[in-house]
Amino acid sequence: MKKEILQYTALELAAKIKAGEVTAPEALEAVLAQIEEKEKEYHCYVTVDAEGARARAKEVQAQIEAGTLTGPFAGVPVAIKDNMNTQGILTTCSSKILGNFIPTFSAEAVKKLEEAGAVLIGKTNMDEFAMGSTTETSAYGVTKNPWNTAHVPGGSSGGSAAAVAADECFFALGSDTGGSIRQPASFCGVVGMKPTYGTVSRYGLIAYGSSLDQIGPLCKNVSDCAAVLEVIAGHDPKDSTSVEVENTRYTESLVDDVKGLKIGIPRDYFGEGLDPQVKDAVLQAAQVLRAKGAIVEEFDLSLVKYAIPCYYTIAAAEASSNLERFDGIKYGYRTKDYEGLHPMYKKSRSEGFGAEVKRRIMLGSFVLSSGYYDAYYLKALKVKALIKKAFDEAFAKYDVILGPVAPTTAPELGKSLADPIQMYLGDIYTISVNLAGLPGISVPCGKDEKGLPIGLQLIGDCFKEHTLIRAAYTYEQARGEFGTP
Amino acid sequence: MNVISDETIEYVGILAKLELSGEEKEQAKKDMGRMLDYIDQLGELDTDGVEPMSHVFKVHNVFREDVVVNGDGREDTLANAPERSGDSFVVPPTFDM
Repeated sequence: MKKEILQYTALELAAKIKAGEVTAPEALEAVLAQIEEKEKEYHCYVTVDAEGARARAKEVQAQIEAGTLTGPFAGVPVAIKDNMNTQGILTTCSSKILGNFIPTFSAEAVKKLEEAGAVLIGKTNMDEFAMGSTTETSAYGVTKNPWNTAHVPGGSSGGSAAAVAADECFFALGSDTGGSIRQPASFCGVVGMKPTYGTVSRYGLIAYGSSLDQIGPLCKNVSDCAAVLEVIAGHDPKDSTSVEVENTRYTESLVDDVKGLKIGIPRDYFGEGLDPQVKDAVLQAAQVLRAKGAIVEEFDLSLVKYAIPCYYTIAAAEASSNLERFDGIKYGYRTKDYEGLHPMYKKSRSEGFGAEVKRRIMLGSFVLSSGYYDAYYLKALKVKALIKKAFDEAFAKYDVILGPVAPTTAPELGKSLADPIQMYLGDIYTISVNLAGLPGISVPCGKDEKGLPIGLQLIGDCFKEHTLIRAAYTYEQARGEFGTP
Repeated sequence: MNVISDETIEYVGILAKLELSGEEKEQAKKDMGRMLDYIDQLGELDTDGVEPMSHVFKVHNVFREDVVVNGDGREDTLANAPERSGDSFVVPPTFDM
Protein backbone atom coordinates (compact mmCIF):
# COMPACT_ATOMS: atom_id res chain seq x y z
CA MET A 1 0.00 0.00 0.00
CA LYS A 2 2.76 2.42 1.00
CA LYS A 3 4.69 2.02 -2.25
CA GLU A 4 1.47 2.30 -4.24
CA ILE A 5 0.54 5.58 -2.54
CA LEU A 6 3.99 7.02 -3.17
CA GLN A 7 3.64 6.45 -6.90
CA TYR A 8 0.68 8.82 -7.16
CA THR A 9 1.21 12.34 -8.40
CA ALA A 10 -0.10 15.13 -6.13
CA LEU A 11 -3.32 15.45 -8.15
CA GLU A 12 -3.84 11.68 -8.29
CA LEU A 13 -3.41 11.46 -4.53
CA ALA A 14 -5.82 14.36 -3.99
CA ALA A 15 -8.42 12.53 -6.13
CA LYS A 16 -7.92 9.27 -4.19
CA ILE A 17 -8.33 11.10 -0.89
CA LYS A 18 -11.41 12.87 -2.15
CA ALA A 19 -12.90 9.54 -3.27
CA GLY A 20 -12.22 8.06 0.15
CA GLU A 21 -9.79 5.43 -1.22
CA VAL A 22 -6.84 6.83 0.75
CA THR A 23 -6.92 8.99 3.87
CA ALA A 24 -4.71 12.00 4.58
CA PRO A 25 -3.04 10.23 7.57
CA GLU A 26 -2.33 7.17 5.37
CA ALA A 27 -0.70 9.36 2.72
CA LEU A 28 1.36 11.12 5.37
CA GLU A 29 2.49 7.86 7.00
CA ALA A 30 3.59 6.55 3.60
CA VAL A 31 5.76 9.66 3.13
CA LEU A 32 7.12 9.57 6.69
CA ALA A 33 8.07 5.90 6.24
CA GLN A 34 9.85 6.78 3.00
CA ILE A 35 11.68 9.62 4.77
CA GLU A 36 12.65 7.23 7.57
CA GLU A 37 14.05 4.83 4.97
CA LYS A 38 15.80 7.26 2.60
CA GLU A 39 16.64 10.40 4.51
CA LYS A 40 19.91 9.10 6.04
CA GLU A 41 21.20 8.61 2.53
CA TYR A 42 19.80 11.68 0.71
CA HIS A 43 19.34 14.33 3.43
CA CYS A 44 16.64 16.34 1.62
CA TYR A 45 15.30 17.99 4.78
CA VAL A 46 16.68 20.37 7.38
CA THR A 47 13.57 19.84 9.52
CA VAL A 48 10.89 17.13 9.45
CA ASP A 49 7.89 18.11 11.57
CA ALA A 50 6.36 14.62 11.88
CA GLU A 51 4.32 15.47 14.97
CA GLY A 52 2.84 18.67 13.53
CA ALA A 53 2.14 16.98 10.19
CA ARG A 54 0.34 14.06 11.89
CA ALA A 55 -1.92 16.43 13.82
CA ARG A 56 -2.61 18.44 10.68
CA ALA A 57 -3.36 15.31 8.57
CA LYS A 58 -5.87 14.17 11.16
CA GLU A 59 -7.51 17.59 11.22
CA VAL A 60 -7.60 17.76 7.41
CA GLN A 61 -9.16 14.29 7.17
CA ALA A 62 -11.93 15.27 9.57
CA GLN A 63 -12.63 18.41 7.53
CA ILE A 64 -12.69 16.43 4.27
CA GLU A 65 -15.14 13.95 5.74
CA ALA A 66 -17.29 16.78 7.11
CA GLY A 67 -17.28 18.35 3.65
CA THR A 68 -15.79 21.63 4.89
CA LEU A 69 -12.43 21.20 3.11
CA THR A 70 -12.60 20.74 -0.65
CA GLY A 71 -9.33 22.38 -1.71
CA PRO A 72 -7.37 20.92 -4.65
CA PHE A 73 -4.60 19.52 -2.41
CA ALA A 74 -6.69 18.39 0.55
CA GLY A 75 -4.58 15.88 2.45
CA VAL A 76 -1.54 15.98 0.14
CA PRO A 77 1.85 16.16 1.93
CA VAL A 78 4.11 19.02 0.75
CA ALA A 79 7.72 20.05 1.46
CA ILE A 80 8.75 23.71 1.69
CA LYS A 81 12.20 25.15 0.97
CA ASP A 82 13.75 26.40 4.17
CA ASN A 83 13.83 30.05 3.06
CA MET A 84 10.05 30.41 3.34
CA ASN A 85 8.66 31.35 6.72
CA THR A 86 6.50 28.73 8.39
CA GLN A 87 4.76 29.84 11.55
CA GLY A 88 6.03 27.90 14.57
CA ILE A 89 8.42 25.75 12.51
CA LEU A 90 12.19 26.30 12.47
CA THR A 91 13.24 28.26 9.36
CA THR A 92 17.01 28.35 8.89
CA CYS A 93 17.71 29.33 5.26
CA SER A 94 20.33 26.59 5.72
CA SER A 95 22.40 29.16 7.61
CA LYS A 96 23.94 29.10 11.07
CA ILE A 97 22.77 32.69 11.55
CA LEU A 98 19.11 31.53 11.56
CA GLY A 99 19.84 28.27 13.39
CA ASN A 100 17.17 28.91 16.04
CA PHE A 101 14.67 31.11 14.19
CA ILE A 102 10.98 30.29 14.67
CA PRO A 103 8.86 32.55 12.40
CA THR A 104 5.78 34.22 13.85
CA PHE A 105 3.94 34.07 10.52
CA SER A 106 3.86 31.95 7.36
CA ALA A 107 4.80 32.99 3.85
CA GLU A 108 1.76 33.83 1.71
CA ALA A 109 2.48 30.94 -0.71
CA VAL A 110 2.63 28.50 2.22
CA LYS A 111 -0.60 29.89 3.64
CA LYS A 112 -2.35 29.44 0.30
CA LEU A 113 -1.22 25.82 0.05
CA GLU A 114 -2.49 25.14 3.56
CA GLU A 115 -5.82 26.73 2.68
CA ALA A 116 -5.92 24.35 -0.30
CA GLY A 117 -5.58 21.51 2.21
CA ALA A 118 -1.90 20.57 1.83
CA VAL A 119 -0.13 18.99 4.82
CA LEU A 120 3.29 20.51 5.52
CA ILE A 121 5.85 17.76 6.21
CA GLY A 122 8.96 19.83 6.74
CA LYS A 123 11.59 22.22 5.41
CA THR A 124 14.01 21.28 2.68
CA ASN A 125 17.74 21.81 2.49
CA MET A 126 19.19 24.49 0.22
CA ASP A 127 22.30 26.50 -0.46
CA GLU A 128 22.77 28.99 2.36
CA PHE A 129 20.44 31.95 1.65
CA ALA A 130 19.86 30.38 -1.81
CA MET A 131 23.39 31.33 -2.87
CA GLY A 132 24.78 28.39 -4.78
CA SER A 133 24.05 25.85 -7.48
CA THR A 134 24.68 22.57 -5.65
CA THR A 135 23.10 22.72 -2.14
CA GLU A 136 26.66 22.23 -0.85
CA THR A 137 26.85 25.66 0.84
CA SER A 138 24.19 24.60 3.39
CA ALA A 139 25.34 24.86 7.02
CA TYR A 140 23.43 21.62 7.68
CA GLY A 141 25.16 19.16 5.37
CA VAL A 142 24.90 18.29 1.70
CA THR A 143 21.91 16.74 -0.06
CA LYS A 144 22.60 13.87 -2.44
CA ASN A 145 21.08 13.27 -5.85
CA PRO A 146 18.66 10.33 -5.56
CA TRP A 147 19.60 9.18 -9.10
CA ASN A 148 23.25 8.82 -8.11
CA THR A 149 24.38 9.68 -4.60
CA ALA A 150 27.92 10.57 -5.73
CA HIS A 151 26.36 13.63 -7.42
CA VAL A 152 24.79 16.87 -6.21
CA PRO A 153 21.03 17.49 -6.58
CA GLY A 154 21.70 20.99 -7.95
CA GLY A 155 20.69 24.14 -6.17
CA SER A 156 19.75 26.19 -4.53
CA SER A 157 16.41 24.34 -4.15
CA GLY A 158 18.28 21.01 -4.11
CA GLY A 159 16.46 19.58 -1.10
CA SER A 160 13.05 20.29 -2.66
CA ALA A 161 14.02 18.70 -6.01
CA ALA A 162 15.61 15.65 -4.36
CA ALA A 163 12.62 15.19 -2.02
CA VAL A 164 10.22 15.11 -5.00
CA ALA A 165 12.47 12.69 -6.93
CA ALA A 166 12.89 10.42 -3.89
CA ASP A 167 9.15 10.31 -3.08
CA GLU A 168 9.87 12.01 0.24
CA CYS A 169 6.95 14.35 -0.55
CA PHE A 170 4.31 14.65 -3.28
CA PHE A 171 5.41 18.13 -4.35
CA ALA A 172 7.51 20.97 -3.03
CA LEU A 173 7.97 24.71 -3.18
CA GLY A 174 11.27 26.23 -4.17
CA SER A 175 12.52 29.71 -5.02
CA ASP A 176 14.35 30.80 -8.16
CA THR A 177 16.65 33.83 -8.26
CA GLY A 178 18.95 32.69 -11.07
CA GLY A 179 17.78 29.15 -11.84
CA SER A 180 17.37 27.73 -8.35
CA ILE A 181 14.14 25.86 -9.18
CA ARG A 182 14.79 24.90 -12.82
CA GLN A 183 18.38 23.65 -12.44
CA PRO A 184 17.82 21.26 -9.49
CA ALA A 185 14.59 20.08 -11.18
CA SER A 186 16.69 19.30 -14.26
CA PHE A 187 19.38 17.48 -12.22
CA CYS A 188 16.80 15.43 -10.27
CA GLY A 189 14.46 14.52 -13.16
CA VAL A 190 11.41 16.44 -11.90
CA VAL A 191 9.38 19.36 -13.29
CA GLY A 192 10.18 22.81 -11.88
CA MET A 193 8.66 26.13 -12.79
CA LYS A 194 9.70 29.72 -12.19
CA PRO A 195 6.70 31.98 -12.77
CA THR A 196 6.80 35.52 -14.13
CA TYR A 197 8.17 37.96 -11.54
CA GLY A 198 5.27 39.21 -9.40
CA THR A 199 2.96 36.24 -10.04
CA VAL A 200 3.53 34.61 -6.63
CA SER A 201 3.74 36.76 -3.50
CA ARG A 202 7.21 37.02 -1.99
CA TYR A 203 5.73 37.86 1.42
CA GLY A 204 7.52 35.65 3.93
CA LEU A 205 10.21 34.54 1.48
CA ILE A 206 13.56 35.42 3.04
CA ALA A 207 14.99 37.79 0.46
CA TYR A 208 18.17 37.22 -1.54
CA GLY A 209 17.85 39.34 -4.71
CA SER A 210 14.46 41.01 -4.37
CA SER A 211 14.13 42.10 -8.01
CA LEU A 212 14.86 38.52 -9.16
CA ASP A 213 13.40 36.18 -6.49
CA GLN A 214 10.28 34.23 -7.33
CA ILE A 215 8.61 31.24 -5.63
CA GLY A 216 7.50 28.28 -7.73
CA PRO A 217 6.59 24.58 -7.67
CA LEU A 218 8.73 21.42 -8.04
CA CYS A 219 6.54 18.47 -9.01
CA LYS A 220 6.36 14.99 -10.48
CA ASN A 221 4.77 16.25 -13.69
CA VAL A 222 3.49 19.31 -15.56
CA SER A 223 -0.13 18.83 -14.44
CA ASP A 224 0.84 19.02 -10.76
CA CYS A 225 2.95 22.08 -11.52
CA ALA A 226 0.03 23.90 -13.17
CA ALA A 227 -2.28 22.99 -10.29
CA VAL A 228 0.18 24.18 -7.62
CA LEU A 229 0.80 27.44 -9.47
CA GLU A 230 -2.96 27.96 -9.71
CA VAL A 231 -3.13 27.81 -5.90
CA ILE A 232 -0.13 30.00 -5.04
CA ALA A 233 -0.46 32.68 -7.75
CA GLY A 234 -2.39 35.87 -7.19
CA HIS A 235 -2.13 39.45 -6.05
CA ASP A 236 -1.06 40.04 -2.46
CA PRO A 237 -1.27 43.51 -0.92
CA LYS A 238 1.56 42.51 1.44
CA ASP A 239 4.05 42.35 -1.47
CA SER A 240 4.37 45.70 -3.24
CA THR A 241 5.77 44.04 -6.40
CA SER A 242 2.91 41.54 -6.56
CA VAL A 243 0.97 41.73 -9.83
CA GLU A 244 -2.73 41.29 -10.53
CA VAL A 245 -2.69 38.42 -13.05
CA GLU A 246 -5.84 38.08 -15.14
CA ASN A 247 -6.24 34.35 -15.53
CA THR A 248 -4.56 32.11 -12.95
CA ARG A 249 -6.57 29.00 -13.89
CA TYR A 250 -3.43 27.35 -15.22
CA THR A 251 -4.89 23.83 -15.29
CA GLU A 252 -7.10 25.01 -18.20
CA SER A 253 -3.92 25.02 -20.28
CA LEU A 254 -3.13 21.33 -19.77
CA VAL A 255 -3.95 20.79 -23.43
CA ASP A 256 -2.10 18.35 -25.70
CA ASP A 257 -1.73 20.64 -28.71
CA VAL A 258 1.09 22.84 -30.04
CA LYS A 259 -0.08 23.11 -33.65
CA GLY A 260 1.16 26.38 -35.08
CA LEU A 261 3.04 27.32 -31.89
CA LYS A 262 6.22 29.19 -32.83
CA ILE A 263 9.26 27.93 -30.98
CA GLY A 264 12.66 29.62 -31.23
CA ILE A 265 15.93 27.84 -30.45
CA PRO A 266 18.72 30.32 -29.63
CA ARG A 267 21.87 29.24 -31.49
CA ASP A 268 23.89 30.92 -28.75
CA TYR A 269 22.55 28.35 -26.23
CA PHE A 270 24.19 25.49 -28.14
CA GLY A 271 27.78 26.65 -28.39
CA GLU A 272 30.95 25.91 -26.47
CA GLY A 273 30.65 24.38 -23.00
CA LEU A 274 27.45 22.45 -23.68
CA ASP A 275 27.73 18.71 -23.01
CA PRO A 276 26.98 16.88 -26.31
CA GLN A 277 24.62 14.47 -24.52
CA VAL A 278 22.60 17.38 -23.13
CA LYS A 279 22.57 19.01 -26.56
CA ASP A 280 21.30 15.85 -28.28
CA ALA A 281 18.54 15.26 -25.71
CA VAL A 282 17.30 18.86 -25.91
CA LEU A 283 17.32 18.96 -29.72
CA GLN A 284 15.50 15.62 -29.73
CA ALA A 285 12.81 17.21 -27.54
CA ALA A 286 12.53 20.06 -30.07
CA GLN A 287 11.94 17.44 -32.77
CA VAL A 288 9.15 15.93 -30.67
CA LEU A 289 7.40 19.31 -30.49
CA ARG A 290 7.93 19.84 -34.23
CA ALA A 291 6.33 16.45 -34.91
CA LYS A 292 3.36 17.59 -32.81
CA GLY A 293 2.87 20.55 -35.14
CA ALA A 294 5.00 23.33 -33.67
CA ILE A 295 7.00 25.59 -35.97
CA VAL A 296 10.59 25.30 -34.72
CA GLU A 297 13.30 27.71 -35.89
CA GLU A 298 16.82 28.67 -34.86
CA PHE A 299 17.66 32.30 -34.13
CA ASP A 300 20.32 34.47 -32.47
CA LEU A 301 19.29 35.74 -29.05
CA SER A 302 22.55 37.69 -28.48
CA LEU A 303 24.13 39.01 -25.25
CA VAL A 304 23.99 35.55 -23.66
CA LYS A 305 27.48 35.61 -22.12
CA TYR A 306 26.86 39.01 -20.51
CA ALA A 307 23.96 37.71 -18.46
CA ILE A 308 26.24 36.06 -15.89
CA PRO A 309 28.38 39.10 -14.92
CA CYS A 310 25.25 41.29 -15.07
CA TYR A 311 23.35 38.93 -12.78
CA TYR A 312 26.12 38.47 -10.21
CA THR A 313 26.56 42.24 -9.91
CA ILE A 314 22.86 42.90 -9.33
CA ALA A 315 22.22 39.83 -7.16
CA ALA A 316 25.25 40.54 -4.95
CA ALA A 317 24.24 44.19 -4.58
CA GLU A 318 20.70 43.29 -3.53
CA ALA A 319 21.97 40.51 -1.25
CA SER A 320 24.36 42.85 0.56
CA SER A 321 21.44 45.16 1.29
CA ASN A 322 18.89 42.44 2.14
CA LEU A 323 21.24 40.58 4.47
CA GLU A 324 21.97 43.68 6.54
CA ARG A 325 18.98 42.72 8.69
CA PHE A 326 20.88 39.81 10.23
CA ASP A 327 22.47 41.71 13.06
CA GLY A 328 22.03 39.49 16.12
CA ILE A 329 19.53 41.84 17.78
CA LYS A 330 15.94 40.63 17.37
CA TYR A 331 16.39 37.06 16.15
CA GLY A 332 19.04 34.66 14.95
CA TYR A 333 22.59 34.09 16.05
CA ARG A 334 24.48 36.44 18.38
CA THR A 335 28.18 35.94 19.13
CA LYS A 336 29.13 35.03 22.69
CA ASP A 337 31.89 37.53 23.49
CA TYR A 338 31.83 41.13 22.30
CA GLU A 339 32.51 44.64 23.43
CA GLY A 340 30.06 47.23 22.18
CA LEU A 341 27.48 47.34 19.43
CA HIS A 342 29.53 47.40 16.23
CA PRO A 343 31.93 44.61 17.22
CA MET A 344 28.84 42.56 18.15
CA TYR A 345 27.30 43.11 14.68
CA LYS A 346 30.53 42.23 12.91
CA LYS A 347 31.35 39.16 14.98
CA SER A 348 27.81 37.78 14.88
CA ARG A 349 27.64 38.13 11.10
CA SER A 350 31.15 36.81 10.49
CA GLU A 351 30.51 33.72 12.61
CA GLY A 352 26.94 33.25 11.38
CA PHE A 353 27.41 33.48 7.58
CA GLY A 354 29.24 30.91 5.45
CA ALA A 355 31.97 31.60 2.87
CA GLU A 356 29.79 31.98 -0.26
CA VAL A 357 27.36 34.33 1.50
CA LYS A 358 30.24 36.49 2.76
CA ARG A 359 31.79 36.52 -0.72
CA ARG A 360 28.56 37.88 -2.23
CA ILE A 361 27.96 40.40 0.56
CA MET A 362 31.50 41.74 0.10
CA LEU A 363 31.11 41.97 -3.69
CA GLY A 364 27.70 43.59 -3.32
CA SER A 365 28.97 46.16 -0.82
CA PHE A 366 31.82 46.97 -3.19
CA VAL A 367 29.70 47.48 -6.34
CA LEU A 368 27.33 49.73 -4.39
CA SER A 369 30.08 51.80 -2.76
CA SER A 370 30.62 55.38 -3.82
CA GLY A 371 33.18 55.56 -6.59
CA TYR A 372 32.23 52.15 -8.00
CA TYR A 373 28.43 52.42 -8.12
CA ASP A 374 28.27 53.84 -11.65
CA ALA A 375 30.98 51.63 -13.10
CA TYR A 376 29.54 48.38 -11.78
CA TYR A 377 26.01 48.51 -10.42
CA LEU A 378 24.55 51.10 -12.79
CA LYS A 379 26.36 49.49 -15.73
CA ALA A 380 24.76 46.14 -14.83
CA LEU A 381 21.30 47.73 -14.71
CA LYS A 382 21.86 49.13 -18.20
CA VAL A 383 22.97 45.73 -19.49
CA LYS A 384 19.87 44.26 -17.89
CA ALA A 385 17.79 46.65 -20.02
CA LEU A 386 19.61 45.43 -23.14
CA ILE A 387 19.00 41.79 -22.20
CA LYS A 388 15.31 42.49 -21.64
CA LYS A 389 15.17 44.16 -25.07
CA ALA A 390 16.78 41.11 -26.72
CA PHE A 391 14.04 38.91 -25.21
CA ASP A 392 11.32 41.37 -26.28
CA GLU A 393 12.60 41.09 -29.85
CA ALA A 394 12.66 37.29 -29.62
CA PHE A 395 9.10 37.15 -28.30
CA ALA A 396 7.93 39.38 -31.14
CA LYS A 397 8.76 36.38 -33.37
CA TYR A 398 8.28 33.35 -31.10
CA ASP A 399 5.78 32.12 -28.52
CA VAL A 400 8.31 29.99 -26.67
CA ILE A 401 12.09 29.81 -26.46
CA LEU A 402 13.54 26.31 -26.14
CA GLY A 403 16.95 25.32 -24.82
CA PRO A 404 18.84 23.37 -22.17
CA VAL A 405 18.47 24.18 -18.46
CA ALA A 406 22.15 23.66 -17.66
CA PRO A 407 25.26 22.92 -19.75
CA THR A 408 25.85 19.58 -18.02
CA THR A 409 24.07 17.01 -15.88
CA ALA A 410 24.60 17.04 -12.10
CA PRO A 411 28.28 17.40 -11.16
CA GLU A 412 29.93 15.11 -8.62
CA LEU A 413 29.79 16.13 -4.98
CA GLY A 414 32.72 18.27 -3.86
CA LYS A 415 33.79 19.39 -7.34
CA SER A 416 32.09 22.77 -7.68
CA LEU A 417 32.81 25.09 -4.76
CA ALA A 418 36.58 25.44 -5.25
CA ASP A 419 36.11 27.64 -8.32
CA PRO A 420 33.17 30.04 -7.87
CA ILE A 421 33.32 31.58 -11.36
CA GLN A 422 33.31 28.15 -12.98
CA MET A 423 30.25 27.30 -10.88
CA TYR A 424 28.52 30.56 -11.88
CA LEU A 425 29.02 29.65 -15.58
CA GLY A 426 26.64 26.73 -15.05
CA ASP A 427 23.82 29.29 -14.67
CA ILE A 428 24.23 30.62 -18.21
CA TYR A 429 20.88 29.38 -19.60
CA THR A 430 18.76 30.17 -16.56
CA ILE A 431 19.80 33.55 -15.15
CA SER A 432 18.79 35.81 -18.03
CA VAL A 433 15.22 34.60 -17.47
CA ASN A 434 15.31 36.14 -13.97
CA LEU A 435 16.90 39.35 -15.24
CA ALA A 436 14.06 39.74 -17.74
CA GLY A 437 11.36 38.62 -15.24
CA LEU A 438 10.19 35.81 -17.56
CA PRO A 439 8.55 32.48 -16.74
CA GLY A 440 10.54 29.29 -17.37
CA ILE A 441 9.90 25.60 -16.89
CA SER A 442 12.24 22.62 -16.70
CA VAL A 443 10.93 19.27 -17.95
CA PRO A 444 12.95 16.02 -17.91
CA CYS A 445 13.92 15.07 -21.50
CA GLY A 446 16.56 12.37 -21.26
CA LYS A 447 19.45 10.83 -19.34
CA ASP A 448 23.19 10.85 -19.88
CA GLU A 449 25.42 7.76 -20.05
CA LYS A 450 25.60 7.66 -16.25
CA GLY A 451 21.81 7.66 -15.99
CA LEU A 452 21.64 11.26 -14.72
CA PRO A 453 18.58 13.27 -15.82
CA ILE A 454 18.72 16.02 -18.46
CA GLY A 455 16.26 18.93 -18.42
CA LEU A 456 14.56 20.77 -21.26
CA GLN A 457 13.94 24.46 -20.60
CA LEU A 458 11.00 26.29 -22.11
CA ILE A 459 10.87 30.07 -21.65
CA GLY A 460 7.82 32.24 -22.23
CA ASP A 461 7.14 35.94 -22.45
CA CYS A 462 5.98 37.68 -19.28
CA PHE A 463 2.62 36.33 -18.02
CA LYS A 464 2.49 33.70 -20.79
CA GLU A 465 2.47 30.81 -18.31
CA HIS A 466 -0.54 29.35 -20.13
CA THR A 467 1.44 28.96 -23.37
CA LEU A 468 4.39 27.52 -21.47
CA ILE A 469 2.26 24.96 -19.64
CA ARG A 470 0.55 23.89 -22.87
CA ALA A 471 3.93 23.38 -24.61
CA ALA A 472 5.42 21.56 -21.61
CA TYR A 473 2.34 19.36 -21.21
CA THR A 474 2.28 18.47 -24.91
CA TYR A 475 5.95 17.49 -24.79
CA GLU A 476 5.44 15.44 -21.64
CA GLN A 477 2.50 13.55 -23.18
CA ALA A 478 4.58 12.69 -26.25
CA ARG A 479 7.63 11.73 -24.14
CA GLY A 480 5.73 9.33 -21.90
CA GLU A 481 6.81 8.18 -18.44
CA PHE A 482 10.24 9.46 -17.38
CA GLY A 483 10.66 7.08 -14.47
CA THR A 484 12.05 7.51 -10.96
CA PRO A 485 15.51 6.86 -9.45
CA MET B 1 43.40 43.06 -14.00
CA ASN B 2 41.83 44.28 -10.77
CA VAL B 3 44.14 44.26 -7.76
CA ILE B 4 42.29 44.79 -4.51
CA SER B 5 44.30 46.62 -1.87
CA ASP B 6 44.28 45.98 1.88
CA GLU B 7 42.60 49.38 2.34
CA THR B 8 39.78 48.45 -0.04
CA ILE B 9 39.10 45.14 1.69
CA GLU B 10 39.18 46.93 5.04
CA TYR B 11 36.69 49.54 3.76
CA VAL B 12 34.35 46.97 2.18
CA GLY B 13 34.48 44.99 5.43
CA ILE B 14 33.19 48.07 7.25
CA LEU B 15 30.36 48.56 4.72
CA ALA B 16 29.47 44.86 4.83
CA LYS B 17 29.75 44.71 8.63
CA LEU B 18 31.99 41.67 8.39
CA GLU B 19 35.18 40.97 10.32
CA LEU B 20 37.46 38.80 8.23
CA SER B 21 40.46 36.90 9.55
CA GLY B 22 43.85 37.51 7.92
CA GLU B 23 43.46 34.40 5.81
CA GLU B 24 39.87 35.28 4.82
CA LYS B 25 41.03 38.78 3.81
CA GLU B 26 43.66 37.39 1.45
CA GLN B 27 41.09 35.04 -0.07
CA ALA B 28 38.54 37.85 -0.37
CA LYS B 29 41.08 40.04 -2.19
CA LYS B 30 41.71 37.28 -4.71
CA ASP B 31 38.03 36.37 -5.12
CA MET B 32 36.90 39.95 -5.57
CA GLY B 33 39.69 40.74 -8.02
CA ARG B 34 38.82 37.73 -10.16
CA MET B 35 35.12 38.49 -10.01
CA LEU B 36 35.65 42.12 -11.02
CA ASP B 37 37.87 41.01 -13.93
CA TYR B 38 34.96 38.87 -15.00
CA ILE B 39 32.37 41.62 -14.52
CA ASP B 40 34.56 44.02 -16.53
CA GLN B 41 33.34 42.17 -19.64
CA LEU B 42 30.24 44.34 -19.39
CA GLY B 43 32.47 47.24 -20.51
CA GLU B 44 32.49 45.68 -24.00
CA LEU B 45 28.87 46.73 -24.41
CA ASP B 46 27.96 50.24 -25.47
CA THR B 47 25.30 51.36 -23.01
CA ASP B 48 25.38 55.10 -23.79
CA GLY B 49 21.86 56.46 -23.58
CA VAL B 50 20.47 53.25 -22.13
CA GLU B 51 18.13 53.82 -19.20
CA PRO B 52 19.18 51.65 -16.19
CA MET B 53 16.47 49.07 -15.49
CA SER B 54 15.96 48.34 -11.81
CA HIS B 55 12.56 46.74 -12.32
CA VAL B 56 11.28 44.80 -15.31
CA PHE B 57 7.77 46.15 -14.92
CA LYS B 58 6.76 49.70 -14.20
CA VAL B 59 6.65 49.94 -10.44
CA HIS B 60 4.57 52.53 -8.71
CA ASN B 61 3.91 53.44 -5.13
CA VAL B 62 1.36 51.19 -3.48
CA PHE B 63 -0.66 52.87 -0.77
CA ARG B 64 -3.01 51.46 1.83
CA GLU B 65 -4.72 52.71 4.95
CA ASP B 66 -2.51 52.35 8.01
CA VAL B 67 -4.65 49.79 9.78
CA VAL B 68 -3.28 47.15 12.11
CA VAL B 69 -4.27 43.72 10.81
CA ASN B 70 -1.93 41.41 12.71
CA GLY B 71 -2.54 40.41 16.30
CA ASP B 72 -0.29 40.79 19.32
CA GLY B 73 2.73 38.65 18.44
CA ARG B 74 4.89 40.09 21.18
CA GLU B 75 5.64 36.87 23.04
CA ASP B 76 6.44 34.88 19.87
CA THR B 77 8.59 37.72 18.56
CA LEU B 78 10.53 38.10 21.80
CA ALA B 79 10.98 34.34 22.00
CA ASN B 80 13.39 34.69 19.07
CA ALA B 81 15.53 37.32 20.81
CA PRO B 82 19.15 36.29 21.42
CA GLU B 83 18.83 38.11 24.74
CA ARG B 84 15.74 39.60 26.35
CA SER B 85 14.76 41.31 29.54
CA GLY B 86 11.04 41.21 30.22
CA ASP B 87 9.37 42.73 27.19
CA SER B 88 12.56 44.23 25.77
CA PHE B 89 15.44 43.15 23.54
CA VAL B 90 18.79 43.45 25.30
CA VAL B 91 21.36 45.26 23.16
CA PRO B 92 24.92 46.38 23.86
CA PRO B 93 25.35 50.06 24.90
CA THR B 94 24.91 52.23 21.79
CA PHE B 95 26.44 55.43 23.21
CA ASP B 96 28.70 56.47 26.09
CA MET B 97 27.02 57.85 29.18
